[in-house]
Amino acid sequence: MSDTLTPTEEALAEAPPPTGGGGLRYVLSKIGGGLVSLALVVVLGFLLFRVLPGDVIQTMFRGRPAAPEQLAAVRRDLGLDDPLYQQFFDYVGRLLHGDLGESYVYRVPVLQKIGERLGPTLLLVGVSTVIAVALGLWLGTRSAWHRGGRFDRVATGVALTLWSTPTFWLGMLLLAAASGLFPTAGFVNSDTAPDFLSQALDVAHHMVLPTITLVAVIYAQYQLVMRSSLIEEMGSDYLTTARAKGLRDDLVRRKHAVPNALLPTVTLVFLHLGFVIAGAVTVETVFSWPGLGLLTYDALSNRDLPLLQGTFIVLAGAVIAMNVLADLLYRVLDPRVRAS
Amino acid sequence: MTAPSARRMAWRRRGAAFAAGWREFAKQRTGLVGLGLLTLIVLLAVLAPVITDQEGLDVTKATGGTMEPPSSEFPLGTDRSGRSVLLLTLWGARMSLTVGLVATLLSIAIGTIIGILAAHFGRWVSAVLMRITDFFLVLPSLVLAIALSTVLEQGIGTIILAIGLTSWASGARLVRAQTLTIEARPYIERSKALGGGHTHVISKHVLPAVLPLVFVNTTLAVGSAIVAEATLSFLGLGDPDPMRPSWGTMLRSAWLDSAVIAGAWWYLLPPGIAIGIVVLAFTMCGRALESVLNPRLREG
Repeated sequence: MSDTLTPTEEALAEAPPPTGGGGLRYVLSKIGGGLVSLALVVVLGFLLFRVLPGDVIQTMFRGRPAAPEQLAAVRRDLGLDDPLYQQFFDYVGRLLHGDLGESYVYRVPVLQKIGERLGPTLLLVGVSTVIAVALGLWLGTRSAWHRGGRFDRVATGVALTLWSTPTFWLGMLLLAAASGLFPTAGFVNSDTAPDFLSQALDVAHHMVLPTITLVAVIYAQYQLVMRSSLIEEMGSDYLTTARAKGLRDDLVRRKHAVPNALLPTVTLVFLHLGFVIAGAVTVETVFSWPGLGLLTYDALSNRDLPLLQGTFIVLAGAVIAMNVLADLLYRVLDPRVRAS
Repeated sequence: MTAPSARRMAWRRRGAAFAAGWREFAKQRTGLVGLGLLTLIVLLAVLAPVITDQEGLDVTKATGGTMEPPSSEFPLGTDRSGRSVLLLTLWGARMSLTVGLVATLLSIAIGTIIGILAAHFGRWVSAVLMRITDFFLVLPSLVLAIALSTVLEQGIGTIILAIGLTSWASGARLVRAQTLTIEARPYIERSKALGGGHTHVISKHVLPAVLPLVFVNTTLAVGSAIVAEATLSFLGLGDPDPMRPSWGTMLRSAWLDSAVIAGAWWYLLPPGIAIGIVVLAFTMCGRALESVLNPRLREG
């Protein structure tokens, strides 16, 4: 979540080198890198939740009375009496079978719980990202083209202010301001008619406030990157050529400058997906949106370590997978990278 | 007349460069406004024990009623247990600024060391370090920070550690890129030819050249660290001691006490606005500093 405001250099550094070998080698190296990262997530998951707490049982039951037999049962269930290396191999073995353990509070397999919550998060994050990217690119292009003008100053100021605001606080303000117009919590009312249309409309109604909050916080980064990326392109000779040809200003922008400025922004959309996930955790908490973010909050409030471990691995793994996808997509989008 | 020593010459040059940088910075209105705001807020935070009484933070000695609206006695109203929100906001500044600054220093220190080492030694050192950096760069840092603060003992140290350990990656990338361009310059080659070892080259030549960039990066990163602290505290991972409030823990209590539903705007607005102003001030300073160092970004 850091350094979102100076991303051009970072994005350029991220760009794959223009002299990549064969296409297949590029694809394989990117997928290989992704697999190494996934393995690191698995190791980190073990270190965080089994090694770092010192005493796992004590961490889970901090400030909570429990009978010794209960503690012993949990200890046995988690296999905490085995040596660490054996715990690690057990953990990896189970993970390969898709077994993330059992949630201590909900008493169901962690994977099942995550499966239940995946849909709402995908819906919220997907819709918000699409809106935020569209809004950010449009505002960024306009403010870069009329750099220093009134539109630029206002749009950049608003974006910076919203970006400086904690997501959850913005959500709380929206709740206070619009609680009469929109539902303030949940996904769908229980008394809504079961047909698809009424259900979808009710979900959309519930989604308005969380989506506005998430979009307000994340669109700024796309706008600012698009702005600085376009400003860098604007000094280029090919734009002077295009103008000298007699092209209208609008065409110079749309056909020449924007496509080139778009590339760093596109990679950034994926690179900063972690930032969107962070926003989703707090937005879902404030609006009780039943997704993975709220599940993470439940897990940390109850110190349900197996569940928290599960959400950590799934969220981190998803972001890494999306980044590999972005690297592959970049190659398709940018002919300069493809040509070898 | 004795010739000035090399060291003194170097310092004089640095002084001149600093003065030139300051003149450039002073030309930027937003940067000056940011700096002024920061000075004011830091002064208020430092002077909080002098101008206010810490006793007022004690829940058992609170004098106000439950969630009273603003009055002449409590300019920003009171919280659920009757403490002054103005007092809480002032003391919250101490906690939020401390965590923000220390966590940023930790993060920048890790990033600078890893970035310089990766660029200086190259080959497999660079490959391994950059693999790790890339990993931390894409990892959702809040999720990792949540995990860290949940498994470790709750408190200010844990929050600082959690933010510092999860936010260094982009700094490491910037420092590595900068170190690479500096190490390509002839004076580094000269220094090596004269027998300068790794420590000498890094500490005498690379580090001073990288520091301005590191400084800008620090200024820009403090804002994110303060927001990260607020977020972790809001989720209930902050310091639980009511005598040590931060803006994040204030917002958590406002949320738990249903200030939103009760319409207690005086409880909800001050901490959030304070966070917004501080983050904005750091960003304004950082962007002004950035354009001092990078003439390409200068307006006009």
